[in-house]
Amino acid sequence: MTQNILTICYLIASITFILGLKMLSNPASARKGNSLAALGMSIAILGTIFLYKNDETGEYLNNYAWIFGGLIIGGIIGTLAAKKVQMTAMPEMVSLFNGMGGACAALISLVEFNHLAAETTVVISHSKVLIIVVGLIIGSVSFAGSMIAWGKLNGRVNDLSFKGQNILNLLVLALALVLGAYLVMQPHHSLLLYGILLLSLLYGVFFVLPIGGADMPVVISLLNSFTGVAAACGGFLYNNKVMLTGGILVGAAGTLLTILMCKAMNRSLKNVLIGSFGGNNTAVSSGTTSQGHFKEISLSDTAMVMSYATKVMIVPGYGLAVAQAQHSCHELEKILTEKGVEVKYAIHPVAGRMPGHMNVLLAEADVNYEKLLEMEQANEEFSTTDVVLILGANDVVNPAAKTDPASPIYGMPILDVELAKTVIVNKRSMKPGYAGIENELFFQPKTSMLFGDAKKVLQDLCAEIKNT
Amino acid sequence: MEQILNWVTENQQIIYVVVLMIFVGIEVIGRVPSVLHTPLMSGANAIHGVVIIGAIIVMGKADPDNYLALTLGFFAVVLGMVNVVGGFVVTDRMLEMFKKKK
Repeated sequence: MTQNILTICYLIASITFILGLKMLSNPASARKGNSLAALGMSIAILGTIFLYKNDETGEYLNNYAWIFGGLIIGGIIGTLAAKKVQMTAMPEMVSLFNGMGGACAALISLVEFNHLAAETTVVISHSKVLIIVVGLIIGSVSFAGSMIAWGKLNGRVNDLSFKGQNILNLLVLALALVLGAYLVMQPHHSLLLYGILLLSLLYGVFFVLPIGGADMPVVISLLNSFTGVAAACGGFLYNNKVMLTGGILVGAAGTLLTILMCKAMNRSLKNVLIGSFGGNNTAVSSGTTSQGHFKEISLSDTAMVMSYATKVMIVPGYGLAVAQAQHSCHELEKILTEKGVEVKYAIHPVAGRMPGHMNVLLAEADVNYEKLLEMEQANEEFSTTDVVLILGANDVVNPAAKTDPASPIYGMPILDVELAKTVIVNKRSMKPGYAGIENELFFQPKTSMLFGDAKKVLQDLCAEIKNT
Repeated sequence: MEQILNWVTENQQIIYVVVLMIFVGIEVIGRVPSVLHTPLMSGANAIHGVVIIGAIIVMGKADPDNYLALTLGFFAVVLGMVNVVGGFVVTDRMLEMFKKKK
Protein backbone atom coordinates (compact mmCIF):
# COMPACT_ATOMS: atom_id res chain seq x y z
CA MET A 1 0.00 0.00 0.00
CA THR A 2 2.62 2.53 1.06
CA GLN A 3 4.65 1.67 -2.02
CA ASN A 4 1.69 2.54 -4.21
CA ILE A 5 1.34 5.89 -2.49
CA LEU A 6 5.04 6.53 -3.02
CA THR A 7 4.67 5.68 -6.71
CA ILE A 8 1.86 8.22 -6.96
CA CYS A 9 3.97 10.83 -5.14
CA TYR A 10 6.73 10.31 -7.68
CA LEU A 11 4.28 10.48 -10.56
CA ILE A 12 2.88 13.76 -9.28
CA ALA A 13 6.38 15.14 -8.83
CA SER A 14 7.39 14.17 -12.37
CA ILE A 15 4.31 15.86 -13.80
CA THR A 16 4.95 19.04 -11.82
CA PHE A 17 8.51 19.15 -13.16
CA ILE A 18 7.33 18.97 -16.74
CA LEU A 19 4.51 21.47 -16.20
CA GLY A 20 6.82 23.70 -14.19
CA LEU A 21 9.38 23.86 -16.97
CA LYS A 22 6.62 24.48 -19.48
CA MET A 23 5.21 27.35 -17.43
CA LEU A 24 8.70 28.75 -16.87
CA SER A 25 8.93 29.46 -20.58
CA ASN A 26 6.13 32.03 -20.46
CA PRO A 27 6.53 35.33 -18.56
CA ALA A 28 2.95 35.30 -17.29
CA SER A 29 3.03 31.86 -15.74
CA ALA A 30 6.74 31.53 -14.93
CA ARG A 31 6.51 32.21 -11.22
CA LYS A 32 3.65 29.78 -10.72
CA GLY A 33 5.59 27.17 -12.67
CA ASN A 34 8.53 27.53 -10.34
CA SER A 35 6.34 27.15 -7.26
CA LEU A 36 4.61 24.16 -8.80
CA ALA A 37 7.92 22.39 -9.41
CA ALA A 38 8.99 23.24 -5.85
CA LEU A 39 5.77 21.72 -4.52
CA GLY A 40 6.38 18.57 -6.55
CA MET A 41 9.91 18.39 -5.19
CA SER A 42 8.63 18.64 -1.60
CA ILE A 43 6.15 15.82 -2.21
CA ALA A 44 8.89 13.63 -3.65
CA ILE A 45 11.27 14.35 -0.76
CA LEU A 46 8.70 13.77 1.99
CA GLY A 47 7.38 10.67 0.23
CA THR A 48 10.88 9.23 0.04
CA ILE A 49 11.65 9.89 3.69
CA PHE A 50 8.49 8.30 5.07
CA LEU A 51 7.40 5.74 2.49
CA TYR A 52 10.54 4.41 0.82
CA LYS A 53 11.32 0.76 1.51
CA ASN A 54 14.69 -0.82 0.95
CA ASP A 55 14.47 -3.32 -1.92
CA GLU A 56 16.89 -5.71 -0.28
CA THR A 57 15.58 -5.78 3.27
CA GLY A 58 12.04 -4.44 2.87
CA GLU A 59 12.56 -2.02 5.73
CA TYR A 60 11.82 1.69 5.94
CA LEU A 61 14.75 4.08 5.96
CA ASN A 62 16.88 4.60 9.06
CA ASN A 63 18.98 7.45 10.39
CA TYR A 64 16.17 10.00 10.47
CA ALA A 65 18.21 12.28 12.72
CA TRP A 66 20.96 12.48 10.11
CA ILE A 67 18.53 12.95 7.25
CA PHE A 68 16.58 15.75 8.88
CA GLY A 69 19.78 17.34 10.17
CA GLY A 70 21.10 17.44 6.62
CA LEU A 71 17.84 18.72 5.16
CA ILE A 72 17.59 21.52 7.72
CA ILE A 73 21.21 22.63 7.40
CA GLY A 74 21.08 22.48 3.61
CA GLY A 75 17.74 24.28 3.57
CA ILE A 76 19.03 27.11 5.74
CA ILE A 77 22.25 27.54 3.75
CA GLY A 78 20.35 27.46 0.46
CA THR A 79 17.71 29.97 1.55
CA LEU A 80 20.21 32.41 3.02
CA ALA A 81 22.52 32.23 0.01
CA ALA A 82 19.63 32.70 -2.41
CA LYS A 83 18.09 35.58 -0.46
CA LYS A 84 21.31 37.47 0.09
CA VAL A 85 22.84 37.25 -3.36
CA GLN A 86 22.94 40.43 -5.44
CA MET A 87 21.09 40.25 -8.74
CA THR A 88 24.35 40.97 -10.54
CA ALA A 89 25.93 37.91 -8.97
CA MET A 90 23.12 35.64 -10.10
CA PRO A 91 25.11 33.65 -12.68
CA GLU A 92 27.73 32.80 -10.06
CA MET A 93 25.01 31.63 -7.71
CA VAL A 94 23.41 29.35 -10.29
CA SER A 95 26.83 27.90 -11.03
CA LEU A 96 27.48 27.32 -7.34
CA PHE A 97 24.14 25.58 -6.78
CA ASN A 98 24.78 23.47 -9.85
CA GLY A 99 28.12 22.39 -8.43
CA MET A 100 26.39 21.32 -5.20
CA GLY A 101 24.05 19.07 -7.20
CA GLY A 102 26.99 17.57 -9.07
CA ALA A 103 28.86 16.90 -5.84
CA CYS A 104 25.74 15.29 -4.39
CA ALA A 105 25.52 12.90 -7.34
CA ALA A 106 29.22 12.03 -7.07
CA LEU A 107 28.90 11.33 -3.32
CA ILE A 108 25.94 9.02 -3.94
CA SER A 109 28.06 7.05 -6.38
CA LEU A 110 30.91 6.80 -3.88
CA VAL A 111 28.71 5.48 -1.08
CA GLU A 112 26.81 3.10 -3.33
CA PHE A 113 30.04 1.64 -4.69
CA ASN A 114 31.46 1.06 -1.22
CA HIS A 115 28.18 -0.54 -0.26
CA LEU A 116 28.34 -2.79 -3.31
CA ALA A 117 32.01 -3.68 -2.78
CA ALA A 118 31.37 -4.58 0.86
CA GLU A 119 28.97 -7.35 -0.12
CA THR A 120 31.25 -10.21 -0.96
CA THR A 121 28.55 -12.85 -1.15
CA VAL A 122 26.55 -11.42 -4.03
CA VAL A 123 27.83 -11.35 -7.59
CA ILE A 124 28.34 -7.70 -8.47
CA SER A 125 26.21 -6.62 -11.38
CA HIS A 126 28.27 -4.96 -14.09
CA SER A 127 25.50 -2.65 -15.22
CA LYS A 128 25.15 -1.31 -11.68
CA VAL A 129 28.87 -0.54 -11.51
CA LEU A 130 28.67 1.07 -14.93
CA ILE A 131 25.93 3.42 -13.78
CA ILE A 132 27.80 4.22 -10.59
CA VAL A 133 30.96 5.05 -12.52
CA VAL A 134 29.08 7.18 -15.07
CA GLY A 135 27.32 9.07 -12.28
CA LEU A 136 30.63 9.61 -10.50
CA ILE A 137 32.43 10.91 -13.58
CA ILE A 138 29.66 13.26 -14.71
CA GLY A 139 28.89 14.45 -11.19
CA SER A 140 32.48 15.30 -10.35
CA VAL A 141 33.18 16.96 -13.71
CA SER A 142 30.08 19.08 -13.13
CA PHE A 143 31.15 19.91 -9.58
CA ALA A 144 34.73 20.87 -10.39
CA GLY A 145 33.71 22.73 -13.55
CA SER A 146 31.00 24.70 -11.76
CA MET A 147 33.40 25.73 -9.03
CA ILE A 148 35.88 27.05 -11.60
CA ALA A 149 33.07 28.81 -13.50
CA TRP A 150 31.95 30.36 -10.22
CA GLY A 151 35.48 31.49 -9.44
CA LYS A 152 35.89 32.94 -12.92
CA LEU A 153 32.68 34.93 -12.82
CA ASN A 154 33.53 36.57 -9.53
CA GLY A 155 37.09 37.17 -10.62
CA ARG A 156 38.86 34.78 -8.27
CA VAL A 157 40.15 32.50 -11.02
CA ASN A 158 41.92 33.76 -14.12
CA ASP A 159 41.89 32.31 -17.59
CA LEU A 160 44.64 29.86 -18.12
CA SER A 161 45.53 28.31 -21.40
CA PHE A 162 48.71 26.82 -22.74
CA LYS A 163 49.81 24.90 -25.78
CA GLY A 164 48.62 21.32 -25.95
CA GLN A 165 45.99 21.96 -23.33
CA ASN A 166 43.24 20.37 -25.38
CA ILE A 167 45.29 17.23 -25.83
CA LEU A 168 46.08 17.06 -22.12
CA ASN A 169 42.38 17.49 -21.32
CA LEU A 170 41.42 14.69 -23.66
CA LEU A 171 44.11 12.47 -22.18
CA VAL A 172 42.82 13.04 -18.65
CA LEU A 173 39.26 12.31 -19.75
CA ALA A 174 40.33 9.24 -21.74
CA LEU A 175 42.28 7.91 -18.75
CA ALA A 176 39.24 8.39 -16.50
CA LEU A 177 37.04 6.56 -19.01
CA VAL A 178 39.52 3.71 -19.45
CA LEU A 179 39.86 3.27 -15.69
CA GLY A 180 36.08 3.40 -15.46
CA ALA A 181 35.67 0.71 -18.11
CA TYR A 182 38.26 -1.45 -16.35
CA LEU A 183 36.47 -1.04 -13.04
CA VAL A 184 33.19 -2.12 -14.62
CA MET A 185 34.89 -5.31 -15.82
CA GLN A 186 36.84 -5.88 -12.59
CA PRO A 187 34.70 -4.33 -9.85
CA HIS A 188 36.93 -5.70 -7.07
CA HIS A 189 39.66 -3.14 -7.61
CA SER A 190 37.69 -0.73 -5.53
CA LEU A 191 40.54 1.72 -4.98
CA LEU A 192 40.38 2.56 -8.67
CA LEU A 193 37.19 4.44 -7.95
CA TYR A 194 39.15 7.15 -6.14
CA GLY A 195 41.51 7.41 -9.09
CA ILE A 196 38.52 7.97 -11.35
CA LEU A 197 37.14 10.56 -8.95
CA LEU A 198 40.43 12.44 -8.94
CA LEU A 199 40.81 12.36 -12.72
CA SER A 200 37.22 13.53 -13.24
CA LEU A 201 37.69 16.44 -10.86
CA LEU A 202 40.89 17.31 -12.67
CA TYR A 203 39.13 17.14 -16.01
CA GLY A 204 36.37 19.42 -14.74
CA VAL A 205 38.98 22.01 -13.77
CA PHE A 206 40.94 21.72 -17.01
CA PHE A 207 37.77 21.78 -19.07
CA VAL A 208 36.59 25.16 -17.82
CA LEU A 209 39.93 26.89 -17.12
CA PRO A 210 40.80 27.91 -20.70
CA ILE A 211 37.29 29.07 -21.61
CA GLY A 212 36.94 32.83 -21.64
CA GLY A 213 34.66 34.68 -19.26
CA ALA A 214 32.33 35.72 -22.08
CA ASP A 215 31.46 32.10 -22.72
CA MET A 216 30.80 31.21 -19.09
CA PRO A 217 26.98 31.22 -19.45
CA VAL A 218 27.22 28.58 -22.13
CA VAL A 219 29.49 26.50 -19.93
CA ILE A 220 27.22 26.84 -16.90
CA SER A 221 24.22 25.82 -18.96
CA LEU A 222 26.14 22.80 -20.25
CA LEU A 223 27.25 21.79 -16.76
CA ASN A 224 23.66 22.24 -15.66
CA SER A 225 22.57 19.59 -18.12
CA PHE A 226 25.51 17.38 -17.01
CA THR A 227 24.20 17.44 -13.45
CA GLY A 228 20.79 16.52 -14.81
CA VAL A 229 22.28 13.42 -16.42
CA ALA A 230 24.17 12.60 -13.21
CA ALA A 231 20.87 12.78 -11.31
CA ALA A 232 19.29 10.49 -13.89
CA CYS A 233 22.09 7.95 -13.22
CA GLY A 234 20.79 7.84 -9.64
CA GLY A 235 17.38 7.14 -11.11
CA PHE A 236 18.79 4.15 -12.99
CA LEU A 237 20.55 2.93 -9.89
CA TYR A 238 17.49 2.90 -7.64
CA ASN A 239 15.00 2.34 -10.42
CA ASN A 240 13.57 5.62 -9.21
CA LYS A 241 11.35 7.24 -11.82
CA VAL A 242 11.25 10.74 -10.41
CA MET A 243 15.04 11.05 -10.41
CA LEU A 244 15.08 9.61 -13.89
CA THR A 245 12.44 11.93 -15.34
CA GLY A 246 13.71 15.03 -13.52
CA GLY A 247 17.31 14.35 -14.46
CA ILE A 248 16.74 13.52 -18.10
CA LEU A 249 14.30 16.42 -18.47
CA VAL A 250 16.93 18.87 -17.27
CA GLY A 251 19.63 17.10 -19.26
CA ALA A 252 17.66 17.49 -22.49
CA ALA A 253 16.33 20.98 -21.79
CA GLY A 254 19.75 22.17 -20.60
CA THR A 255 21.43 20.90 -23.72
CA LEU A 256 18.89 22.68 -25.91
CA LEU A 257 19.28 25.87 -23.88
CA THR A 258 23.05 25.63 -24.33
CA ILE A 259 22.60 25.33 -28.09
CA LEU A 260 20.17 28.28 -28.14
CA MET A 261 22.73 30.40 -26.31
CA CYS A 262 25.46 29.43 -28.75
CA LYS A 263 23.13 30.34 -31.59
CA ALA A 264 22.56 33.78 -30.09
CA MET A 265 26.31 34.31 -30.33
CA ASN A 266 26.45 32.62 -33.72
CA ARG A 267 29.03 30.12 -32.61
CA SER A 268 29.03 26.38 -32.42
CA LEU A 269 29.34 24.56 -29.14
CA LYS A 270 32.55 22.96 -30.34
CA ASN A 271 33.98 26.38 -31.03
CA VAL A 272 33.13 27.55 -27.53
CA LEU A 273 34.63 24.52 -25.85
CA ILE A 274 37.78 24.13 -27.89
CA GLY A 275 38.30 27.58 -29.35
CA SER A 276 39.12 29.19 -25.99
CA PHE A 277 37.66 32.41 -27.26
CA GLY A 278 38.47 35.14 -24.76
CA GLY A 279 41.64 33.42 -23.64
CA ASN A 280 44.45 33.63 -26.12
CA ASN A 281 43.16 35.42 -29.20
CA THR A 282 43.71 38.85 -27.74
CA ALA A 283 47.09 39.44 -29.31
CA VAL A 284 45.91 38.47 -32.78
CA SER A 285 42.96 40.80 -32.98
CA SER A 286 44.21 43.86 -31.16
CA GLY A 287 46.88 44.32 -33.78
CA THR A 288 44.49 44.35 -36.70
CA THR A 289 42.47 47.43 -35.86
CA SER A 290 44.10 50.81 -35.73
CA GLN A 291 43.97 52.90 -32.62
CA GLY A 292 42.66 56.01 -34.35
CA HIS A 293 41.17 59.00 -32.61
CA PHE A 294 38.15 59.07 -30.43
CA LYS A 295 36.05 61.98 -29.38
CA GLU A 296 35.18 62.74 -25.80
CA ILE A 297 31.94 64.37 -24.79
CA SER A 298 31.26 66.25 -21.59
CA LEU A 299 28.44 65.50 -19.22
CA SER A 300 26.57 68.71 -19.91
CA ASP A 301 26.77 68.21 -23.65
CA THR A 302 25.40 64.71 -23.22
CA ALA A 303 22.55 66.05 -21.12
CA MET A 304 21.80 68.64 -23.76
CA VAL A 305 21.85 66.17 -26.64
CA MET A 306 19.64 63.73 -24.81
CA SER A 307 17.02 66.12 -23.55
CA TYR A 308 16.47 67.57 -27.02
CA ALA A 309 16.23 64.20 -28.70
CA THR A 310 12.92 62.66 -29.74
CA LYS A 311 13.95 59.10 -29.27
CA VAL A 312 16.70 57.67 -27.10
CA MET A 313 17.76 54.06 -27.09
CA ILE A 314 19.74 52.73 -24.14
CA VAL A 315 22.03 49.76 -24.72
CA PRO A 316 22.90 48.25 -21.35
CA GLY A 317 25.84 45.90 -20.96
CA TYR A 318 27.67 44.17 -18.21
CA GLY A 319 29.41 47.41 -17.21
CA LEU A 320 26.01 48.68 -16.08
CA ALA A 321 25.49 45.60 -13.99
CA VAL A 322 28.91 45.78 -12.37
CA ALA A 323 28.36 49.41 -11.44
CA GLN A 324 24.93 48.49 -9.97
CA ALA A 325 23.56 51.30 -12.08
CA GLN A 326 20.23 49.78 -13.11
CA HIS A 327 18.29 52.03 -10.72
CA SER A 328 20.04 55.20 -11.90
CA CYS A 329 19.37 54.05 -15.42
CA HIS A 330 15.66 53.81 -14.71
CA GLU A 331 15.83 57.24 -13.08
CA LEU A 332 17.33 58.69 -16.26
CA GLU A 333 14.59 57.02 -18.28
CA LYS A 334 11.89 58.60 -16.10
CA ILE A 335 13.39 62.09 -16.28
CA LEU A 336 13.75 61.90 -20.03
CA THR A 337 10.21 60.58 -20.45
CA GLU A 338 8.90 63.52 -18.39
CA LYS A 339 10.62 65.79 -20.87
CA GLY A 340 8.75 64.10 -23.69
CA VAL A 341 11.62 61.96 -24.94
CA GLU A 342 10.79 58.44 -26.01
CA VAL A 343 13.13 56.06 -24.20
CA LYS A 344 13.62 52.40 -24.96
CA TYR A 345 16.15 49.74 -24.13
CA ALA A 346 17.86 47.55 -26.71
CA ILE A 347 18.75 44.21 -25.19
CA HIS A 348 21.21 41.96 -26.94
CA PRO A 349 20.49 38.27 -26.31
CA VAL A 350 23.81 37.80 -24.54
CA ALA A 351 24.00 41.19 -22.80
CA GLY A 352 25.25 40.82 -19.26
CA ARG A 353 26.71 37.50 -18.39
CA MET A 354 23.80 35.22 -19.16
CA PRO A 355 21.07 35.44 -21.73
CA GLY A 356 18.21 37.26 -20.06
CA HIS A 357 20.46 38.51 -17.26
CA MET A 358 20.00 42.13 -18.31
CA ASN A 359 16.23 41.77 -18.30
CA VAL A 360 16.38 40.45 -14.75
CA LEU A 361 18.53 43.39 -13.67
CA LEU A 362 16.34 46.02 -15.30
CA ALA A 363 13.21 44.36 -13.98
CA GLU A 364 14.73 44.66 -10.52
CA ALA A 365 14.91 48.41 -11.08
CA ASP A 366 11.20 48.46 -12.04
CA VAL A 367 11.80 49.16 -15.71
CA ASN A 368 8.63 48.48 -17.64
CA TYR A 369 8.74 45.16 -19.42
CA GLU A 370 7.42 46.67 -22.65
CA LYS A 371 10.29 49.13 -22.95
CA LEU A 372 12.78 46.32 -23.42
CA LEU A 373 13.31 45.59 -27.09
CA GLU A 374 14.84 42.38 -28.29
CA MET A 375 17.63 42.62 -30.81
CA GLU A 376 15.54 42.27 -33.99
CA GLN A 377 13.02 44.92 -32.91
CA ALA A 378 15.78 47.24 -31.75
CA ASN A 379 17.67 46.93 -35.02
CA GLU A 380 14.56 48.04 -36.89
CA GLU A 381 14.23 51.11 -34.70
CA PHE A 382 17.82 52.35 -34.66
CA SER A 383 17.43 54.23 -37.94
CA THR A 384 14.72 56.41 -36.35
CA THR A 385 16.67 56.92 -33.15
CA ASP A 386 18.40 60.20 -32.33
CA VAL A 387 20.70 59.16 -29.53
CA VAL A 388 21.99 55.75 -28.56
CA LEU A 389 23.46 55.61 -25.08
CA ILE A 390 25.70 52.59 -24.62
CA LEU A 391 26.26 51.77 -20.98
CA GLY A 392 29.14 49.41 -20.41
CA ALA A 393 28.40 47.27 -23.45
CA ASN A 394 31.13 46.56 -25.95
CA ASP A 395 31.29 43.35 -27.92
CA VAL A 396 27.55 43.31 -28.66
CA VAL A 397 27.89 46.58 -30.59
CA ASN A 398 31.22 45.84 -32.25
CA PRO A 399 30.91 46.25 -36.04
CA ALA A 400 33.87 43.89 -36.46
CA ALA A 401 31.36 41.10 -36.04
CA LYS A 402 30.05 42.08 -39.48
CA THR A 403 33.05 43.47 -41.27
CA ASP A 404 36.17 41.68 -40.10
CA PRO A 405 36.30 37.95 -40.88
CA ALA A 406 39.50 37.67 -38.83
CA SER A 407 37.77 38.82 -35.67
CA PRO A 408 36.95 36.14 -33.12
CA ILE A 409 33.41 37.45 -32.88
CA TYR A 410 32.89 37.55 -36.65
CA GLY A 411 29.36 36.43 -37.49
CA MET A 412 27.84 37.19 -34.10
CA PRO A 413 24.62 39.18 -34.56
CA ILE A 414 25.07 42.66 -33.12
CA LEU A 415 22.99 45.73 -32.37
CA ASP A 416 23.33 48.10 -35.34
CA VAL A 417 23.81 51.21 -33.26
CA GLU A 418 25.63 53.04 -36.03
CA LEU A 419 22.29 53.47 -37.83
CA ALA A 420 21.29 56.04 -35.22
CA LYS A 421 22.17 59.72 -35.56
CA THR A 422 24.44 59.93 -32.53
CA VAL A 423 26.13 57.30 -30.42
CA ILE A 424 27.33 58.05 -26.91
CA VAL A 425 29.41 55.37 -25.26
CA ASN A 426 29.89 55.26 -21.53
CA LYS A 427 32.88 53.20 -20.46
CA ARG A 428 35.34 53.38 -17.66
CA SER A 429 38.32 53.51 -20.00
CA MET A 430 39.36 52.62 -23.53
CA LYS A 431 40.20 49.10 -22.44
CA PRO A 432 38.80 46.38 -24.71
CA GLY A 433 35.74 44.45 -23.57
CA TYR A 434 35.21 40.96 -22.30
CA ALA A 435 36.26 39.23 -25.48
CA GLY A 436 39.46 41.25 -25.47
CA ILE A 437 39.06 42.89 -28.86
CA GLU A 438 39.20 46.48 -30.02
CA ASN A 439 35.97 48.11 -31.06
CA GLU A 440 36.19 50.40 -34.07
CA LEU A 441 32.77 51.83 -33.26
CA PHE A 442 34.51 54.00 -30.68
CA PHE A 443 36.61 55.64 -33.36
CA GLN A 444 33.78 56.50 -35.73
CA PRO A 445 32.89 60.17 -36.24
CA LYS A 446 29.33 59.60 -34.99
CA THR A 447 30.55 58.24 -31.72
CA SER A 448 31.45 60.19 -28.61
CA MET A 449 32.96 58.73 -25.48
CA LEU A 450 31.70 59.56 -22.02
CA PHE A 451 34.19 58.14 -19.55
CA GLY A 452 33.38 57.21 -15.98
CA ASP A 453 31.68 54.70 -13.73
CA ALA A 454 28.21 54.02 -15.12
CA LYS A 455 26.39 54.73 -11.87
CA LYS A 456 28.12 58.01 -11.16
CA VAL A 457 27.78 59.18 -14.74
CA LEU A 458 24.07 58.37 -14.78
CA GLN A 459 23.43 60.15 -11.49
CA ASP A 460 25.27 63.25 -12.67
CA LEU A 461 23.48 63.04 -15.98
CA CYS A 462 20.08 62.95 -14.23
CA ALA A 463 20.97 66.02 -12.18
CA GLU A 464 22.25 67.80 -15.25
CA ILE A 465 19.15 67.06 -17.33
CA LYS A 466 16.88 68.28 -14.53
CA ASN A 467 18.68 71.61 -14.68
CA THR A 468 18.42 72.14 -18.42
CA MET B 1 26.31 -8.87 -27.54
CA GLU B 2 23.52 -11.02 -26.20
CA GLN B 3 24.12 -9.62 -22.72
CA ILE B 4 23.54 -6.13 -24.04
CA LEU B 5 20.36 -7.14 -25.84
CA ASN B 6 19.09 -8.84 -22.71
CA TRP B 7 19.90 -5.76 -20.72
CA VAL B 8 17.88 -3.63 -23.15
CA THR B 9 14.88 -5.92 -22.81
CA GLU B 10 15.13 -6.05 -19.04
CA ASN B 11 15.32 -2.30 -18.76
CA GLN B 12 13.03 -1.35 -21.59
CA GLN B 13 10.72 0.61 -19.32
CA ILE B 14 13.55 2.85 -18.18
CA ILE B 15 14.84 3.24 -21.71
CA TYR B 16 11.41 4.31 -22.91
CA VAL B 17 11.20 6.88 -20.13
CA VAL B 18 14.62 8.26 -21.05
CA VAL B 19 13.82 8.58 -24.73
CA LEU B 20 10.43 10.18 -24.16
CA MET B 21 11.81 12.58 -21.54
CA ILE B 22 14.47 13.76 -23.96
CA PHE B 23 11.74 14.75 -26.40
CA VAL B 24 9.62 16.34 -23.68
CA GLY B 25 12.59 18.33 -22.41
CA ILE B 26 13.34 19.70 -25.86
CA GLU B 27 9.70 20.35 -26.72
CA VAL B 28 8.87 22.11 -23.47
CA ILE B 29 11.73 24.57 -23.74
CA GLY B 30 11.66 25.13 -27.49
CA ARG B 31 9.60 28.30 -27.54
CA VAL B 32 11.08 30.18 -24.60
CA PRO B 33 11.73 33.90 -25.18
CA SER B 34 15.35 34.88 -24.52
CA VAL B 35 14.30 37.19 -21.65
CA LEU B 36 13.48 34.10 -19.65
CA HIS B 37 16.68 32.19 -20.33
CA THR B 38 18.29 32.99 -17.01
CA PRO B 39 15.25 32.14 -14.83
CA LEU B 40 14.70 29.02 -16.90
CA MET B 41 18.28 27.88 -16.43
CA SER B 42 17.97 28.55 -12.74
CA GLY B 43 14.65 26.68 -12.54
CA ALA B 44 16.08 23.69 -14.39
CA ASN B 45 19.01 23.87 -12.01
CA ALA B 46 16.62 23.51 -9.07
CA ILE B 47 14.80 20.60 -10.69
CA HIS B 48 17.94 18.52 -11.14
CA GLY B 49 18.27 18.89 -7.40
CA VAL B 50 15.96 15.88 -7.43
CA VAL B 51 19.25 14.03 -6.97
CA ILE B 52 18.58 14.67 -3.27
CA ILE B 53 16.14 11.73 -3.38
CA GLY B 54 19.14 9.50 -4.05
CA ALA B 55 21.05 11.13 -1.21
CA ILE B 56 18.17 10.50 1.21
CA ILE B 57 17.98 6.85 0.15
CA VAL B 58 21.75 6.43 0.58
CA MET B 59 21.58 8.04 3.99
CA GLY B 60 18.59 6.01 5.13
CA LYS B 61 20.08 2.72 4.00
CA ALA B 62 23.44 3.31 5.61
CA ASP B 63 24.43 1.07 8.49
CA PRO B 64 24.40 3.19 11.69
CA ASP B 65 27.95 1.96 12.43
CA ASN B 66 29.35 2.80 9.04
CA TYR B 67 30.63 6.28 9.70
CA LEU B 68 32.18 6.77 6.26
CA ALA B 69 28.84 6.12 4.55
CA LEU B 70 27.01 8.25 7.10
CA THR B 71 29.36 11.19 6.67
CA LEU B 72 29.40 11.05 2.89
CA GLY B 73 25.62 10.57 2.80
CA PHE B 74 25.14 13.46 5.17
CA PHE B 75 27.18 15.76 2.96
CA ALA B 76 25.22 14.54 -0.04
CA VAL B 77 21.94 15.44 1.68
CA VAL B 78 23.20 18.88 2.70
CA LEU B 79 24.58 19.68 -0.78
CA GLY B 80 21.49 18.36 -2.53
CA MET B 81 19.24 20.41 -0.29
CA VAL B 82 21.28 23.57 -0.94
CA ASN B 83 20.80 22.89 -4.66
CA VAL B 84 17.03 22.38 -4.34
CA VAL B 85 16.13 25.15 -1.91
CA GLY B 86 18.64 27.68 -3.21
CA GLY B 87 17.63 26.97 -6.78
CA PHE B 88 13.92 27.44 -6.25
CA VAL B 89 14.31 30.53 -4.04
CA VAL B 90 16.70 32.25 -6.43
CA THR B 91 14.40 31.52 -9.37
CA ASP B 92 11.45 32.89 -7.45
CA ARG B 93 13.38 36.06 -6.65
CA MET B 94 14.19 36.58 -10.31
CA LEU B 95 10.65 35.95 -11.45
CA GLU B 96 9.15 38.16 -8.78
CA MET B 97 10.62 41.08 -10.67
CA PHE B 98 8.92 40.17 -13.90
CA LYS B 99 5.52 40.93 -12.44
CA LYS B 100 3.48 43.22 -14.62
CA LYS B 101 2.76 46.50 -12.92
CA LYS B 102 -0.69 47.97 -13.12
